[in-house]
Amino acid sequence: MQLIYEKSQPGRRALTLDALDVPTCSLPADLCRAQDARLPEMAEIDIVRHFTHLSQRNVGIDDTFYPLGSCTMKYNPKITEVAANEPGMAQLHPHFSSSPVFESECQGAYALIHELERQLAEVAGMKAASLQPIAGAHGELTGTLLMAAYHRDHGNTHKDTILIPDSAHGTNPASAVMAGFKVVEVPSDKDGTIHLETFEAMLTDKVAGIMLTCPNTHGLFETDVAKISELAHAKDALLYYDGANLNAIVGQCRPGDLGFDVMHYNLHKTFATPHGMGGPGCGPVGVGERLLPYLPGPRVVKKDDSFTLATPEKSIGRMAAFFGNFLIAVRAYAYMRHYGDAGMKEISRNAVLNANYIYARLKDTYQSAFPGNYMHECIFTALPQAEKGVHATDIAKSLLDRGFHAPTIYFPLTVKECLMIEPTETESKETLDAFCDAMLAIAEAAESDPDSLHAAPRSTPVGRLDEVKAARDLNCACL
Amino acid sequence: MTPDTLRYTEEHEWIGELNGQYLVGITDFAQSQLGDITYIELPDVDRQVEAGEEIAVVESVKAASDIYAPISGKIAGINGALDANPELTNKDPLGEGWFFKMTDVDVTELDALMDVSAYRTYLETCS
Repeated sequence: MQLIYEKSQPGRRALTLDALDVPTCSLPADLCRAQDARLPEMAEIDIVRHFTHLSQRNVGIDDTFYPLGSCTMKYNPKITEVAANEPGMAQLHPHFSSSPVFESECQGAYALIHELERQLAEVAGMKAASLQPIAGAHGELTGTLLMAAYHRDHGNTHKDTILIPDSAHGTNPASAVMAGFKVVEVPSDKDGTIHLETFEAMLTDKVAGIMLTCPNTHGLFETDVAKISELAHAKDALLYYDGANLNAIVGQCRPGDLGFDVMHYNLHKTFATPHGMGGPGCGPVGVGERLLPYLPGPRVVKKDDSFTLATPEKSIGRMAAFFGNFLIAVRAYAYMRHYGDAGMKEISRNAVLNANYIYARLKDTYQSAFPGNYMHECIFTALPQAEKGVHATDIAKSLLDRGFHAPTIYFPLTVKECLMIEPTETESKETLDAFCDAMLAIAEAAESDPDSLHAAPRSTPVGRLDEVKAARDLNCACL
Repeated sequence: MTPDTLRYTEEHEWIGELNGQYLVGITDFAQSQLGDITYIELPDVDRQVEAGEEIAVVESVKAASDIYAPISGKIAGINGALDANPELTNKDPLGEGWFFKMTDVDVTELDALMDVSAYRTYLETCS
């Protein structure tokens, strides 16, 4: 497919401007370009076709099975789009929330924010939640800043360290460092979970908090979490729950009940808002009793029969303009109301069931990274296939030829030749079987004709990309 | 400087003496595990480092890995060629692909590191 610049024809235009009927004036020379901007010159229909063709080459959850592990590529029910496109929601100007003059116009939006924060707190066993953070990692930063505020307020100046397991979500260390903490990594044992004695030895008085992902990025539930919570709290260290894998336990158990003090939710990973690649996102934080006084402000509070704004006295302040990405919150609200308590339970149950179905069908062919007990994702190592010269990346590329998006590969870093498969709850048995059949056929090809996999993918708009060149020789171009 | 005269760490780094300075790099096993290296971030020259301190980062298409100071001392120089050609470490990890050199070291700290036969035995546990 040609780039839009290659389709450009000198002098061709998409629209004709009216004849100039005002006097011309010149811009100051130092504000002008030395050369005209290089813009494609095309007719409107050719522009429309160009971008339509590009859009048809997208792959997404609406096209195909998308088992990208750790990322929880949930299907977004279209009813949530209907809610977000309600004129009263979609056309509400964010600046209305900046002035008390418009408070009456914001009552519906405030009611939704207030209620969604309450629902999120309830589903996770927290005291309260804030919708301000605009992405999961931004939620982590907010959460770690809340932990810092707690320790400052309690005179715990010696607490400067956050413990993070090697099986935690990848962004945790960066968030903790941005909030001013040092990070110490806690190694997993061979079963893929935290080794309690090692953890206990690392839990010094300097530890301000522990950031856990549960289930962790090995797809395993941290079965010692209650003990970890007890040990942490005995040292006045706070326990952070990374909500990356909340979809595996939503409706079954609550982080607050497990002893967590603070958490973030990834609305796109659990409550079916559109997924990443630049957002807009929403990564609310939830807090228990200890961190309640420090929540970001302003907050929507109920006063008599209406809603108004107030900032908690010890608030860490604003984390985002307005109320974060409000229309993402509207989608999550619609999703939660649509499924309700019983629906949430079924979501996590099916997410775990689907992952274990794939595990059961593939475990005799691909080597499991851990001794089973997977929750919402299962992890294999392609080491046996690698001995034949077929690596995780070859398996992933071969899946593209068979019509599936690839699973996550080479993450988590703790597993060599890693293939991390997360089907989510919405997939039918037929889809799961078709995917497993493709994986088994690839494993067979790895035995009989490994070279055929090295050439994959053949059916995509472009073949095997040179990832090394792309990383070493970064050179961006417009489409 | 040959593989036999180098010392090795459990993080698959090597260190060896050349003209009174100590060169540091990663082993052939390390580069093969990383795959194609795309970028190497090296420490500032003249920096004082402690043994075990994270002082460099290697990025490959698969992963980003920290590099630790094998012993304490001062960074006397870095391999500037790696900036434009990080693949040198893939091609020649014990030679042209070296990372940095150290001075002001306490040579007795080398005794705590593995010699080549100990490292070979250690590699057998690292499949």
